[in-house]
Amino acid sequence: MDLTTILIQLLNSVQYGLLLFLISSGLTLVFGIMGVINLAHGAMYMIGAYLAYAFVEWSGSFSVALLLGIPVMLVVGIIIERFLIDHLYKKDHLFQVLLTFGLILILNDLQSLIWGNDTHGVPIPEVLSGSITLTDTMQYPVYRLTVSAICLVLALGMYWVIQKTRLGMTIRAGASNREMVEALGINVRTLFTIIFAAGVALAGLGGMISAPLSSVYPGMGDSVLIICLVVVVIGGIGSIKGAFWGAMLIGLVSTFGPILIPSLASVMVYLVMAIVLLVKPRGLFA
Amino acid sequence: MYNTPRSITLFLGFLFILLLCYPLYGDLIFGSKSSFYMQKLTTIIIFAILAMSLDLLVGVSGLVSMGHALFFGFAGYVLALISPEYDAANIWIVLPAVLASCAVIGLVVAFLTIKTSGIYFIMVTLAFGQMAFYFFNDSDFAGGSDGMYIMMKPAVMLGDIQLLNLESKQTIFYTSLACMALVYLILRMLLRSPFGQVLVGIHANEHRVKAIGYNTNHYKIVSFVIAATLAGLAGFLAATQYGFVNPSQLGWHTSGYALMMVIMGGAGTIFGPALGAFVFEILHSFFESFTDHWLMLMGTVMIAVVLFLPNGIGGALLEFVRKLEKKPVQAQDGEKSDG
Repeated sequence: MDLTTILIQLLNSVQYGLLLFLISSGLTLVFGIMGVINLAHGAMYMIGAYLAYAFVEWSGSFSVALLLGIPVMLVVGIIIERFLIDHLYKKDHLFQVLLTFGLILILNDLQSLIWGNDTHGVPIPEVLSGSITLTDTMQYPVYRLTVSAICLVLALGMYWVIQKTRLGMTIRAGASNREMVEALGINVRTLFTIIFAAGVALAGLGGMISAPLSSVYPGMGDSVLIICLVVVVIGGIGSIKGAFWGAMLIGLVSTFGPILIPSLASVMVYLVMAIVLLVKPRGLFA
Repeated sequence: MYNTPRSITLFLGFLFILLLCYPLYGDLIFGSKSSFYMQKLTTIIIFAILAMSLDLLVGVSGLVSMGHALFFGFAGYVLALISPEYDAANIWIVLPAVLASCAVIGLVVAFLTIKTSGIYFIMVTLAFGQMAFYFFNDSDFAGGSDGMYIMMKPAVMLGDIQLLNLESKQTIFYTSLACMALVYLILRMLLRSPFGQVLVGIHANEHRVKAIGYNTNHYKIVSFVIAATLAGLAGFLAATQYGFVNPSQLGWHTSGYALMMVIMGGAGTIFGPALGAFVFEILHSFFESFTDHWLMLMGTVMIAVVLFLPNGIGGALLEFVRKLEKKPVQAQDGEKSDG
């Protein structure tokens, strides 16, 4: 492996890691604050990708697709929270797992009902379709850099909201002591709806911006969900910081793992998780 | 929890005899489709074993595993890998080998996961299940995503005498039925034993059980290994019935279905999850018979069960019987509501 390949792979792993962070952050946010495990998070990613496909087909513009897609995802999140998740707050995690698993079955089936079982592609927006020349022999696609930039901006934005704003203060307080926050007269009900919708929108956005990178296909949410669970478990459930470093680690492992030890490629990330669990059963940042 | 009311025992006995006699009346009711339905019933019986083994974890010990299908599928793969290609395997060798390998894998997974609890345990077991899925899915030695065939079913010989011919559909049906009854009795006995009592205690309040001086982790690990072994038995039967294993059998959808059978039937009752397996699979076949989009209907049923029948069919039956007998609510209620 020469230096150029290493550099390209490094860029790829950072890009993949950032994207994973974007998706996992929603999962860990919802768990950390609401105490709800949403297995349908991967399905939200899938819906995002299919919405991007549908809106791009219809309007021809990727930015229009994003502008239309995000509000749709927020509405989906609000509906699911109000009608289903709302019944789960005081119940065992077991029921959250089953209800959201049922939701996955319904959403996967709806997807095949609406869009069929074919694999679709979403073209990379024309403005971003070029490549940047890094060295004489090495180029890197602009779109991948843009995806990384979007994820970074959102990560910083999330950090700012959670650490510096009043909403963020409530969120942090809610994560550490829900009853106390309620006692202080803060409407936890609305807060939960906002958080859940935001989590769904983050997963959906992840699906939308990764649609041009990978194809759009049935069941695409399932594998994403599992990888996100690994990220969240490694980082520590509920910890945004943990999700970030967990995602970066998995990004590195899943890009370099197959090159270094091809025979273990598919189980590599799980082995990393097993090692982390042995050392720190509650994750790196819990 | 450990005393099933007499009326329910009678009801279960009636259902069991109904199953036992299926070959007698199957032809009369279903005609030429009778043998097809017997195969279906065998599959359901095997799922019932899987669901009961999962109930030892979920309902009894309070360990919600989302990766239980790992052992179900793994057992099938072990059988396929150790069976000679063109010869029948000796069941007295392959069955113990399959069960032992499931117990060992169960021990490894338990060792890695048991320190985690609650939601962590769910996510980690799910991740390990997927690890096994990808391991077999991407494997060259086990047929990759196509899976593997078991050309000849294991031979059940005693010396030179053939005890059972597993090539016969009816024999597989009765073998599975006997295994289901056996697993039910084993789990019942386990629940009555001091060991089972400690597990129930751990589910109700682990801190107190620890405070009395039990090493709860050891108990949880043993319970995990037993459940893994029993799931392995179900996997062995499933692989023998179809002569075929594929990665989806250890995927997380299968684990999710098994968990649903447990909840639908009533966690912690042992008989409930077996009933749950029947209701779940019969609904599944029914939906599948008139629409391609049966997953949507199954998903809706799952959500409805969570919202409206959280104690499952078994829980509802127990409540109904108790009301009927007008008994004052017993202490067992306290244990159940924790689940």
